Amino acid sequence: MKHYIKLKLLHVKLEFALYMLKKTAENKYDVIVVGGGHAGIEASLASARMQCATLLVTLKANAIGRMSCNPAIGGTAKGHLVREIDAIGGEMGKIADATGIQFKMLNKSKGPAVWSPRSQNDRELYSAEAQNRILSQKNIDVIEGSVSKLFVDGNKLIGIKTLLGEEIFCESLVLCAGTFLNGLMHTGEKNRVGGRFGEAPSSGITEILNKIGFVSGRLKTGTPPRVDLNSIDLSKVERQESDEFPTPFSFHNTEIKNRLIPMYLTYTNQRTHKILEKGFDRSPMFTGRIKGIGPRYCPSVEDKVFRFAERERHQIFLEPEGYNTNVVYVNGFSTSLPEEIQYEGLRSITGLENVKMLRAGYAVEYDFFSPNQLKHTLETKLISGLFFAGQICGTSGYEEAAGQGLIAGINAALKVQKRKPFVIKRSEAYIGVMIDDLINKSTEEPYRMFTSRAEYRLLLRQDNADRRLMRFGNELGLISDDLINQLNDKENKVRVAINYFEKKFVSPTEINPILIQHQENTISENEKLSQILKRSNITLADVKNLVDDNLIREFIEHKNFSEQIEIDLKYEGYIKRQNEQIARFDKFEEFTIPENFDFKKIKSLSTEGRERLQKIKPRSIGQASRISGVTNADISVMSIHLRKESIRSSDKGEAIE
Amino acid sequence: MQTLRNYQDTIAAIATPIGEGGISVIRICGNQSISILDSFFQGKKKINTAKTHTLHYGKFYSDQNEFLDTVIISIFRKPHSYTGNDVVEISCHGGHYVAQKILSALLSKDIRMADAGEFTLRAFINNKLDLVQAEAVADVIHAKNESAYRSSIDQLNGKLSVFVNLIRQQILEICSIFELQLDFSQEGIELQNKNESIEKINRLVKTLEQVIATFTSGKLIKEGIKVAIIGKPNAGKSSLLNILLNEQRAIVSHISGTTRDTIEENLIIDGVLFRITDTAGLRNTTNEIEQKGMERAESVIRSSDIVILLIDATHKQDQSDFELNLRINNLISNQTRLIYLFNKCDIANVRNPNTEADSLKNVFFISCKTKEGIEEFKKQLIQVALPNYDSLSSGMIITNLRHKNLLEKACISLKNAIISLQNNMSEDFISCDLRETIDYLGEIIGILTPEDILNNIFSNFCIGK
Repeated sequence: MKHYIKLKLLHVKLEFALYMLKKTAENKYDVIVVGGGHAGIEASLASARMQCATLLVTLKANAIGRMSCNPAIGGTAKGHLVREIDAIGGEMGKIADATGIQFKMLNKSKGPAVWSPRSQNDRELYSAEAQNRILSQKNIDVIEGSVSKLFVDGNKLIGIKTLLGEEIFCESLVLCAGTFLNGLMHTGEKNRVGGRFGEAPSSGITEILNKIGFVSGRLKTGTPPRVDLNSIDLSKVERQESDEFPTPFSFHNTEIKNRLIPMYLTYTNQRTHKILEKGFDRSPMFTGRIKGIGPRYCPSVEDKVFRFAERERHQIFLEPEGYNTNVVYVNGFSTSLPEEIQYEGLRSITGLENVKMLRAGYAVEYDFFSPNQLKHTLETKLISGLFFAGQICGTSGYEEAAGQGLIAGINAALKVQKRKPFVIKRSEAYIGVMIDDLINKSTEEPYRMFTSRAEYRLLLRQDNADRRLMRFGNELGLISDDLINQLNDKENKVRVAINYFEKKFVSPTEINPILIQHQENTISENEKLSQILKRSNITLADVKNLVDDNLIREFIEHKNFSEQIEIDLKYEGYIKRQNEQIARFDKFEEFTIPENFDFKKIKSLSTEGRERLQKIKPRSIGQASRISGVTNADISVMSIHLRKESIRSSDKGEAIE
Repeated sequence: MQTLRNYQDTIAAIATPIGEGGISVIRICGNQSISILDSFFQGKKKINTAKTHTLHYGKFYSDQNEFLDTVIISIFRKPHSYTGNDVVEISCHGGHYVAQKILSALLSKDIRMADAGEFTLRAFINNKLDLVQAEAVADVIHAKNESAYRSSIDQLNGKLSVFVNLIRQQILEICSIFELQLDFSQEGIELQNKNESIEKINRLVKTLEQVIATFTSGKLIKEGIKVAIIGKPNAGKSSLLNILLNEQRAIVSHISGTTRDTIEENLIIDGVLFRITDTAGLRNTTNEIEQKGMERAESVIRSSDIVILLIDATHKQDQSDFELNLRINNLISNQTRLIYLFNKCDIANVRNPNTEADSLKNVFFISCKTKEGIEEFKKQLIQVALPNYDSLSSGMIITNLRHKNLLEKACISLKNAIISLQNNMSEDFISCDLRETIDYLGEIIGILTPEDILNNIFSNFCIGK
């Protein structure tokens, strides 16, 4: 007891001393970002560009922006995230454009809502480019180090202590520790501590956070082996060329001038599957050595063989990691099987008969903090000024991490400046969908972005991310007025063109030959060009010769405008309906729940529902309805209760229970 | 609109209708409903410690300690009660006055008067009933006949909820496969064939349409079928009405019409309610008073589901019959069925009916005097009103406008999905249509139902339920 009091006193004294230190210390920043991965880059750049003195603390400065897994950016739904990050003023798209060695727009055969840009990148260049942008950015200092202590005053974060003993103070801290928290790497029955290949883990942070009251869990992710390009028989594998005229990720760029190189496609076969099965009893996945839960959607090759036993082959993409390297990333062969099994398995694949394995695949297991503990700003509910972003929140993927990093960085800066928080709605962006999902759903596996997660997918397209989000970026100070002027000009032109097509009639003699040519039914009376364009086989290019207005002709020559004009016209009906759906959705989003609402006092809620609501503290009925474990009846109860409270507050005469 | 108040507090209301009867029941619900009773009640045991689902006989006193009545108290402890809260029902002697006295005594304590539907609202809030079931409670109460009762009790049993859930689940499955195809589009797998999907969705549309179609019948069943008897004077209209009613004397009630010359009578055939109005004889007249009566008759015809044109079979049809027929046909709407009923066929030569009438549909022959053809005619009446009556009694019937509107919206979205599929649209568009359907169906059973709708639903109840 005596000891305790003494300790407590000491603690108080220490706190006071720290407080004084903080007041007087020179080593004080507005925002500290811990971790230089894809989340950390966006967080520190956003904060610095919003005029906050920013410190980036990273284990190794030359590991900033490292692509620890595949050397690629984007892909289905992830490409959307990159475009959104760019529209708000983030960096990922620009770095990817600058360092891409192959670009593809995926899903072109599907609707425009699921077209997704993807790039292969030169791993070395990407990381160098990222470091360059961080180091040349005003307002950012970088130190190498790791955090050994967090200073908390009451429930407010005030600073950190590094392993070397430096004490640094701040208003906001963004923690982007990635897979490094108590990282453990597995290959077969061997395991060793480490955050990523050749990098040490960071330990202690989890324990500090646990002590404060944060709940952590374990997750795992895997990476495939790397092989030598010179040992692949390229004549036996399919060559995959880049798109001829790539769409850049960034709205700042109009074209890609990089030299583009091919990738290669091959397949596993029955023999490969047999070989891999031999190692199942030594796979840490199957033996229970890995306690973390892996992503269902990005399964290891042994998972694929095990779960889809009926499939005769699986795709394997051979992706060179850059211009000046012989390292090839074996996409689709993520594994933590013993090294010799990986090697034998690879050699059973067509084209890889004599392959040299440069590095074995491995699984990494790491601590994460359930994002239920965060607000929509990614600030923790428990500690004011402490933000989490990236894999530490249980997500997988660079793009997911970068999206969170951007939002956390922006809100960390806004907090310093005592400005209104920045929250994106589900109906506005994939980033909004992701954060809302993270906060409300329970994480059982690493969260990966999918287009199916977005209810209003038809509106949240990659092509219109600028129209959706750029003005937010401008208000935040991350997007220049020049870009906004360009955007306004684009929207004007699109509007004028749409107006033209909605008024322009074409005669059967003009249009029928075109319709016949594209296997569409002919018309017998004059029809609006906008109606003709709604037909699935007719594109803007097909009818462009019928346009008799020079200005409009000029507009549709630009891909940047014509794409918007065409999509807006073609899918007008769907877009209108989706807007109506949003209006219905907004009704529930605008049905707000007071900030410190006590869910415990509503007795009629289900036990689980009440617990979840109390924990997550939703701010609207709409949000409450998305929380796992909250039932429809709970929502009805909440609606009625809140309605009752609002009646009561307007009618003060009534007693409160 | 009903104001929603604190639903944790204790509420009370008289649950039985106003008027004299054998017993009256006062219902109390809420945390204090059991504990508060001991200050009013004297029996063998304390109510406060009594077990759930027990009955207690004793005397009920007012808060002024005035003896009010001997009562039986039923205890239902939570959660095993209608509302899911503690519920007490006090059965006292019939008559509204006694019940009113007991209620006033209760209200003097910390108990407030229940709003309309508040007991059921609580049952809904406590997850004892889903939204559709709660709505059904109101319909069971308002049921005027066997068929209306049957369809609402089915709904209360969850038949509609199960149905809607089942359809919703099937659409969810189709939708999630499309989503999967999109999410894994890079793997190049087609998980469901386009034509099969169209087929599946088409079947669901058909099912929904069948259920939506029952609304017309459902509404008729719920509200009763309005029948107007018209005809020239002396065609036997009153005799017909009497003969129809005589058969059912025990369950017939007289409701005075708003005017002296139209009278509405309730008649139940095979559990279906018919609301029959006898009108003044129709003829061309210049008499001002009769003109008024005629106008009223015309308005009755306009609002009827069935119009019976009663014709004297012994009279030869002339120009005036032709004109009358024309006038009626101009008055009635598309939904109204017109029946030509020939009376006095015992003395007329019905084996040789007028060829003009024969060519028309819904022609029947009776004799009010000998009752010949009456039974057959009654059966035909149901057939005319509810052509699919036999299948109705075994299937699902919807009677609620809200359900119908949402089912229709769901159906439109499903049809849009089919159009999208036929136009070779990509999965993202089809999913947009399907998700919309899923939302509408969810709204029927209360998945994110706007709370103003909830309010409306519960304000349709009587107080005490």
